[in-house]
Formats: sequence, structure tokens, C-alpha cells
Amino acid sequence: MTGTVAAPSTEQTAEQTGGRTSAPAHRVEGREKVTGRAHYAYEYPVDEVAYAWAVCADVPHGRVRHVDVDAAMGLPGVLAVLWHGNAPRMASTGDAMQDQLQSDRVHFRGEVVAVVVATTAEQAREVAGLVRVDYATEPHRSVLTEDDPSLYRPEQLNAGIPTTSEMGDPDAAFERSEVRVDEVYRTPGLHNNAMEPHATTAVWTDDRVTLWDSNQGSTPVRDAVCQVFELPRDRVRVVSTHVGGGFGSKGTPRPQVVLAVLAARHVGRPVRMALTRQQMFALVGYRTPTIQRVRLGADRTGRLQVIDHRAVVQTATHQEFAEQVGVATRVMYAARHRRTDHHVAVLDVPIPSWMRAPGECPGMYALESAMDELAVRLGMDPVELRIRNEPATDPERGTPFSSRNLVACLRRGADLVGWADRDPRPRSRREGEWWIGTGVASSTYPAYASPASASATAHPDGGYTVRVNATDIGTGARTALLVLAAEALGAARDRVRILIGDSDLPEAGVAGGSMGTASWGWAVTKVCAALRAELEDRFPDGPAEDLTVQASTEEDLQDRADVTRQAFGAQFATVRVSDVTGEIRLDRMVGVFAAGRIVNPVTARSQFLGGMTMGVGMALLEEGVMDAAFGDYANHDLATYHVPVNADIRDIHVEWIDEHDEQVNPMGTKGIGEIGIVGAAAAVANAVHHATGIRVRSLPVHLEDVASWAR
Amino acid sequence: MPPSPSPRSGSGGPPASTVELVVNGRSRTVRLDNRTSLLDALREELRLTGSKKGCDHGQCGACTVLLDGRRVNSCLVLAVAASGRPVTTVEGLAAGDRLHPVQQAFLDRDAYQCGYCTPGQICSAVGVLAEAAAGWPSAVTPPGRDGADGSVAGLDAAEVRERMSGNICRCGAYANIVPAVLDAAAATAGAGADGSDGGAVGARS
Repeated sequence: MTGTVAAPSTEQTAEQTGGRTSAPAHRVEGREKVTGRAHYAYEYPVDEVAYAWAVCADVPHGRVRHVDVDAAMGLPGVLAVLWHGNAPRMASTGDAMQDQLQSDRVHFRGEVVAVVVATTAEQAREVAGLVRVDYATEPHRSVLTEDDPSLYRPEQLNAGIPTTSEMGDPDAAFERSEVRVDEVYRTPGLHNNAMEPHATTAVWTDDRVTLWDSNQGSTPVRDAVCQVFELPRDRVRVVSTHVGGGFGSKGTPRPQVVLAVLAARHVGRPVRMALTRQQMFALVGYRTPTIQRVRLGADRTGRLQVIDHRAVVQTATHQEFAEQVGVATRVMYAARHRRTDHHVAVLDVPIPSWMRAPGECPGMYALESAMDELAVRLGMDPVELRIRNEPATDPERGTPFSSRNLVACLRRGADLVGWADRDPRPRSRREGEWWIGTGVASSTYPAYASPASASATAHPDGGYTVRVNATDIGTGARTALLVLAAEALGAARDRVRILIGDSDLPEAGVAGGSMGTASWGWAVTKVCAALRAELEDRFPDGPAEDLTVQASTEEDLQDRADVTRQAFGAQFATVRVSDVTGEIRLDRMVGVFAAGRIVNPVTARSQFLGGMTMGVGMALLEEGVMDAAFGDYANHDLATYHVPVNADIRDIHVEWIDEHDEQVNPMGTKGIGEIGIVGAAAAVANAVHHATGIRVRSLPVHLEDVASWAR
Repeated sequence: MPPSPSPRSGSGGPPASTVELVVNGRSRTVRLDNRTSLLDALREELRLTGSKKGCDHGQCGACTVLLDGRRVNSCLVLAVAASGRPVTTVEGLAAGDRLHPVQQAFLDRDAYQCGYCTPGQICSAVGVLAEAAAGWPSAVTPPGRDGADGSVAGLDAAEVRERMSGNICRCGAYANIVPAVLDAAAATAGAGADGSDGGAVGARS
């Protein structure tokens, strides 16, 4: 075994970081997962179940004139064919992903136009392929360009973030700058591709419905179902015990939720519905392609005078999603003159949505590539350039950082990769047919928190049960919350049971925005501390019967200091590029992160590794190719949309800087689910430049971009 | 037992066959729509949902099981074609409470996150260990050690990465999966067969 990763082992018990990091914990649900006993949404045992299969639009724009229901209903086993012509009208949540079969409009190729319900999955699938849909087609435009006639500046970006920011006079300052970079960077459509396809099992019992659903938060799923079907909350329950990944694509209910509930009600039987892998490319959201112009101006010492970052993204015609591409640029580096701006093109395309680190991920590819270009033009070390432009306070808001350890991450990473010995000249190191290079990029992600509630019960036998509607989509949330609960209760971990993933539990927000542990953990810590105090006060010898305490963090979150809360990191990549074929291989990757307190080193390391691995995919493999003629992502399966496989990833090393930040939340956590992907692609692309001298400004880097035979 | 088909009936029910599913050492005779994949037969008919459906096209590996002791994408095998042949799924690997060494190694190394690809990864790894033990080369096995005479050297990281590349993990646990498989290889080396159901490469009918 080469020195790949400092993988945790069971022997690891104490921690290296002054007692702030907890002892590592292996996944609470680990045995269920490795033995196949963990049930995901499609898998709950249900009798007399029927199967629903989506029929998706063959045209990118137009309307459905007719669906031949009668022919399909004559086939064996078919229970229903639903389309807008025969589906009931339902209330709208305002989110088009939940407006299903409510209109004859086709807004994008792949939109659901009908659903077949049959007694077997085989029959539902075959009949879905046979159903005749008559369309009236209209002209479409599906390819993003920087001069699209529909470009507009949205009122605000995703998550309510302001569309523009401007300080000083960026245009004049750029003209005055001694050293300048003015380049355009492009990223393609990227698809989340969680391994578990979006799936729902819906069971009506009298006037109540239970959903086993694959999502990042069952409280919002329940609320959406209540709204669409006009049901009170106590008649809808959503269970999400295990979820096979999400990466943003399960943050809100996707089409199968409403369709499964509707189909089950219509046929009077339980219904299972899973989207196919191919359907996921159109139906569950994706990262918009981006076109980003970055202008950097610096003096000869490398001090930035101006940072100007303008992004163009796309959205669908019937729903706006405006990715906050320039948001990280607002906090990264000091400069007196600055601008960030966003324009959105309205196209006949599927609805873009969240994908791991929306905004920061594509934005930092562009900014950190431009920083590398600036370092080359200055003849300056790219690590040193970043350190030189470290701001004392938030460069746009002027607020202090609750903690900021980017410099420590850069220095530690540089030590780990032997950066001091690196020959800065591009195309300077060759081994046989291989050019070898090393690149660096910074990472950042905000430390958010959302309100959550939780309850904790002390049992007479000395055990505890903690309840919070958190969701574990693979992050290790269940385990991290157990660690925090045991700590706050002063109890051994094996005396604490943690219940999550059920909308009947105390309400909490989604597994998104890297704020799960901060939000849920805050409520868990608070309620467990309260229970402990109550026990010490009233039942020092333990309660005679169950004692339950509840808590919410709603008020705690309203009363926080005005500081900038942000995690930082540094990533280093070493690549080799074949002079013969152009093949690009990632030799090594090192990530060092400053993300507050790390609650569980075992699962935290996996989170960082996973983010970096997805970032390698973004750099070298992943590319949604829009077919202009058909208005469709042409490569909509895993054979043609390439995500990293095992052989693509070799030596990845992850470390973190110990941070004590009392201002983020009582636990001191900053969130770790997304920062690993931020900057990773830039580090790889910068390494490709160092190896070959070729600057590729459009991801992914293709071998024909760097191969001598192609130039 | 070969599957016994029934002709399409006049009333138009889908063509079906009687199939003997021999899964994890237990045999069951079921009537299946001929279009049923082995994966769907396991999940829907036998309610063995450990094998996962990630793509249904043989592109992701989440459905990997051992058929005649060899790993296959069960979504690409028709159930009728597996009739009478031994199938091992993730549910059949542990001996009671004692996990298979590969399962234990995945736990110890945190070689998974969401867990959805994990059963396929684990079945695939069990297959890899058996293939390597039988001297089968991979695409990265150096020429001259092609295993024709059983001389393939032990698994190393490069071999594991190559041989495990048919199993996609979107959570990105590869850097932990490789040491887990190597741990399991070390745990099973010399010990010979580990006593579980999934160790062999050759057909066992």
C-alpha cells in the first residue's frame, strides 16, 4: 500500500488536538449498511404495491396535445395512465418541481408528461415506452452563451444573496494596474448523480399518507405534500432513515414525491416510484454551466488593487435558479476596488438547482485559476500571492472574521507537498513521457446554521433517547449527533440512542449548506444539557419514569454577533500529463482545512475526501454536453457522463487545522460537507498548467487540450 | 433447474416462467415475468434489497452479486438465465453475527458514506479477492505476471484500484475502499477459504 490516506482504524481512540476533537466514532448504522439490511426509500416492505413509471417529454419546448390513455389501459396489469388531461388539479407550492401534470406546457426535454401505474415494474416500464404522446412543438434555445438575448440581472441570487456588489472604481483601477489578468473561464453543466436514484414509496391508509422517501430533509417534503394535497400536517408522515446521497439534488421534493402520492391515491394501492438514472439528468436539478470573466489587477509586489468577477449562468423558462457564482470572491482577498455581478439566461432547459457548494464551487474555479495566472505574470509564488492578499476583515462587509486560518492551511499544505522545492517554471519537470506539475488553490465555504428543535429523554435504566429530524445522507450526521449528545449528557455513547429521519420527530432543517451538524447539533447539545441539568437538580439518582425535555434554537440564532463566519482550506494537486497521448493522471492531492471543531474525525475525513474526489471529477471528467438540436444533455447516463472511479483517484491526504471558534455556534463547528469540492478543480487545472505550460480555461480539461498530437 | 416457460396466453398476460432462485444457499421456486432482471427478482420477489439499483444499465456496479461465484451486474442478468445457479448477495456474506472480512474492513476503514453502493462494492471486493487468489490478471498486472501459471503477485493498491473500478462511489470513498480491500486481503490470506459463502471463483453447481 502506498501512502495514500491516513484512513482511520479502530485502534484510534484519543485525539491530537488538545481535547477539542472528540474520540473517533464509527457509523452508528454501519453494520446495517455493510450487511444490506439498511432500507432505502424504494425498499420498505409493502404489500400489494403498484409501480409508477414516468413518461418524459421527447421535445424541448411546446405542449402536450394528447396522450393515448385508452390504448395503454388495454394492456395487462396497467392500473392507470395519468397526464394533465386526466390528473386532478392540485395546489402549487410555487416550486415547479412539485407542479406535476398540471399543465400542457413542455418546458424542457425530459419533463414528466405522464405516469404509468402498473402491477409490476416490468409492465409499467414497458408501457411507459409504448404510450403515445402527441406534441405541438415550438422552437427552442438550449445552449448558454455570454451574449444570449435573454440575459438579465436577477433580483437576488440563490439563498437570497445579493446579485451585485461593487466598491471603489474597478474599471479605472484595472486600467491603472501594473499587472493584469482578464480571462474568461467556463464550466459545463454538472450532474449530482447521487447513487440512490430519487425514489418514493407512498402508502395511503384511510386519509393519511406515509412516504418512505429519499431526500435531504423530510420536514420540507412533508410540508410540500401537505400543501399540494391540502392535508393537515398530522396526516402526512415522511420517513427517510437511510438516504443514498444527495449532493443538493434531494434538498427539496423532486417530481417523484408528488407523483407517487398522487398515483397511490388514484389506484388505491401503495405505489413505488423511482426515477431512472437517465431521467435524473433532467428531473432533479444540476449545476448550471457558467461563463465567468475575471479581471485581477495588482501592483508589482503582488498586492491586488482590483477584483472583478462577472458570471453568466442559465435557468429554465418556468423557474428561476440563479447560482451565486461570485459569492466566494466577496470574502477571499483584500482589494480596494471590487465588483461581482451575475446575469442569467432563460433557456428551454431543465431546472438547474443546488449541487455541492453551489456558487463557491464554480466561482472558486475561476477566481483561483485567475490567481494562478496572476502569480505567473508577476513571477511570484502562488502560495505567497494568496498570503500577501489576506484581508484583515471581511473585504466587502467590513466585519471581523469569527476565525480565518487560510494562511495556516496554505503553509501546512505547502510543507506536506514539499512546495519549497518546486521549480516554479511551467513545463520544467519530465519523467519519461510524462510532464509533471503541482498546483494550488484556496477553498472556502460559509458556516451557516438554521433553527432546529430536539427532544431528549432519560430512561429509568440509565439510557437516553435523543430525537431530532436530521437526515443522514451519508455525511455521518447520525454518528456526529450521537457524539455531541453523549458529550452534553455526560453519558457513554452506548447509552444514547439517536433517532433521525422521520417527519414525526422534532422539526429541523435540511442536510444542506454544510449546516447539518451546526443546526441539528446545536439543538441536540442544548436539549441534552438541559436534560442533564434537570436530572442533576431533581433526579440525582435517576428518574423513576421517562423524563423528556425539549428545546429549540430559534431564538439563539436571532441573537448573534455580526461577524463573518467562514471555513477555509488549501488544496494542492500533483498531476502528470503524457506528452504522447495527452492522458492526465492525478498523482496526489493534499487538502488542509480550517473548519472549526471537527466533531468526528472518522466521518469528517471521509467528507473532505469525498468533496475533493468530486472536485477531481469536475476538473478532469464531468461534462454535461448540451445537444443544441435536441435541447437535451446528450450524455445522460453513467457510461457517458463520467464520474471518478477508483482508478482515477490515487493518493489523497486530508488534514485539518484545529480551530476554536466560539462565535459560530456552541460546538464551534463550521461545516465540512462542501468545502472539499471548492478549489479542487482549480488546484488540478493549475497543476496541469505547471506541468505543461498550457492554460485550460474550460472544464473539464480534455486530453486534446494538452496533447502534442492535437496542437 | 432450467426455467420452464409458459406460452403467451390468449388473455395477453406477460410471458412468465417458473424459475429456481438459489440465493445465499437457499432455493426458492418462483413464477416470474420473463423480463425480470436478477436484480429485480432479488429485490422485489425475494425482498433481498441489499443489492442496489443505481442505474439498471450495468454502469455503476451497485447491483453486483456473485453468480456461480463470479461477480456480475445483476441488473444485466435475466432472472430466467440464473435459474438453478448459485447466487450470493451481500446478505449472504456474514456468518451469523460474524461479518465477512470485507464487511469488517469496510466498517473499520469508513470505506463508505451513504452506503448505497456499499453492497455492490463489498460483493465486488469478495470477487476480487477470489480472482486474485486464482491468479487472474487485471489490466494493470505487468506482462509476465499474467497469471497463466498462477503467479500473479499479491494485490497492491494499484491492482485494487483497477479491479474495483466497476463500482462507482459518488460519495468518493475510494481512498478508504482501497485500504479496506487490502486489509481484507491480508485477513483472508493464508487462512484460505473464510468459511463464508462468497469465496470461490469457479462454478459450483
